[in-house]
Amino acid sequence: MRPAILDRLASGQVLIADGATGTMLQSAGLPTGVPGEAWVLDRPEQILALHRAYLEAGSQLILTTTFGGSRARLAKAGLDHQVEAINRRAAELARQAAGDEAYVGGDIGPTGEMMQPLGKLTYETAVEFFAEQARALAAGGVDVIYIETMSDLNEARAAVQGAQQACDLPVFCTFSFDTRGRTNMGVRPSQAAQTMAALGVAAVGANCGHAPEEVLEILPQMREAAPEAYLIAKPNAGIPRMVQRQVVYDATPERMAELARQYVELGARIVGACCGSSPAHISAIAAAIHGERGS
Amino acid sequence: MVRERIFEEMAQAVIDGLPDKARALAHDAIQAGIDPLEAIERGFKAGMDVVGDGFAKGELFIPDLMMSGEAMKAAIAALEPELMKRKQQRQVLGRVVIGTVQGDIHEIGKTLVATMLAASGFEVHDLGVDVSPQRFVDMVRQVDANVVGLSALLTTTLLNQETVILTLKEAGLRDKVKVIVGGVPASPEWAEEIGADGYAENATEAVEVVKRMVGV
Repeated sequence: MRPAILDRLASGQVLIADGATGTMLQSAGLPTGVPGEAWVLDRPEQILALHRAYLEAGSQLILTTTFGGSRARLAKAGLDHQVEAINRRAAELARQAAGDEAYVGGDIGPTGEMMQPLGKLTYETAVEFFAEQARALAAGGVDVIYIETMSDLNEARAAVQGAQQACDLPVFCTFSFDTRGRTNMGVRPSQAAQTMAALGVAAVGANCGHAPEEVLEILPQMREAAPEAYLIAKPNAGIPRMVQRQVVYDATPERMAELARQYVELGARIVGACCGSSPAHISAIAAAIHGERGS
Repeated sequence: MVRERIFEEMAQAVIDGLPDKARALAHDAIQAGIDPLEAIERGFKAGMDVVGDGFAKGELFIPDLMMSGEAMKAAIAALEPELMKRKQQRQVLGRVVIGTVQGDIHEIGKTLVATMLAASGFEVHDLGVDVSPQRFVDMVRQVDANVVGLSALLTTTLLNQETVILTLKEAGLRDKVKVIVGGVPASPEWAEEIGADGYAENATEAVEVVKRMVGV
């Protein structure tokens, strides 16, 4: 049986996270325009297969298929009547795959709405949406609420607050620094780390983003701003390009593994990958960090 | 001298992203008998250009651009009655139909481009997100558009930019309208591959490309 995730991190071990969900489900046949969350209820065997592939590749922390599982986001796909069912079931599926050894992160992504004053979403409503999602994820048995791909510091704050209202699980939060080292809303890594740590977020970091090399610049800034927080690196496998109508992500598993080793040297304690990665990338990362399988 | 000072304040209100201030300055200008077109071009628009430059250089970010866009909009709305009274019109540089392609709900990049185009003097028809090829075609025909802008964030929906181009061809409209594409997975090579007329990496660049397309 696994120790609590924070105890595990406190022991100094590096945890290998998983890789892409969206782009993997798409290559498994998820139709364009249909969110991966739809498959949680309709094609659970596909979700389980993806989790298992990552676990076999060496993931010790897998994320639920609920990146777009907030009410705001599910509404765009006409699935907002199933917020509770989708999030809870997604957590159960991930737990089923992970068993007693691996950790499950309850994935929460941005609402896709702009918050006031730029957009219409109020802070209070955002907190409610995130709390609703976190509650269902917790009920489904996740180990940690794992907020990711945030750009707006205010929305990240709302997500953390919602998660803390909903449950007593630890909260992690990572941002997408895709615009010259900042998020597209202009948030600096130091600002993100400091704000999140002050809210009691246990682990902060960078996911998605631009080129994975940029994470090497980001981690030290976060570390300096929030030395007490664990660091997470979960970047894209490069930047997508279309070549002959096919999507190509240019970072190979070997390249991602090499970078992962550097992330760990910079203090990262949770390392995985995001869009465009596959179990092959995770397998290479796990081998680079933990040596050959299982050590 | 006083007029120059007012223009500077107008520009600054847009740069600072203050819609109330911009609106108040627009009313002041009307009171002072300043030509509303001059107020737009030498005042508010000058501020928007500064913001656009800062955004392109990576010194400013989405919230800055959006708040400045709001200030610009507030100013123009306040000047509108005076423009009507004087039977003046801001010169329309061209008509642009814009939207995020079918299957894709990502809004922010497309909205920024629409905001910047409108601020620069284009008549912009924003169809929103998840727009079918037919809706693009219908709107292009309805407003006799010069340019159509196609946004996509996802690698899977990027292919739908091509579908719109093909649908425009079938409708016999392809020669009448220029097509610009954008979005994270798009590139100049992609634009060329699918037979678009241009690509822009960000909202500021999009304004330049669209201006070139309509010959201004």
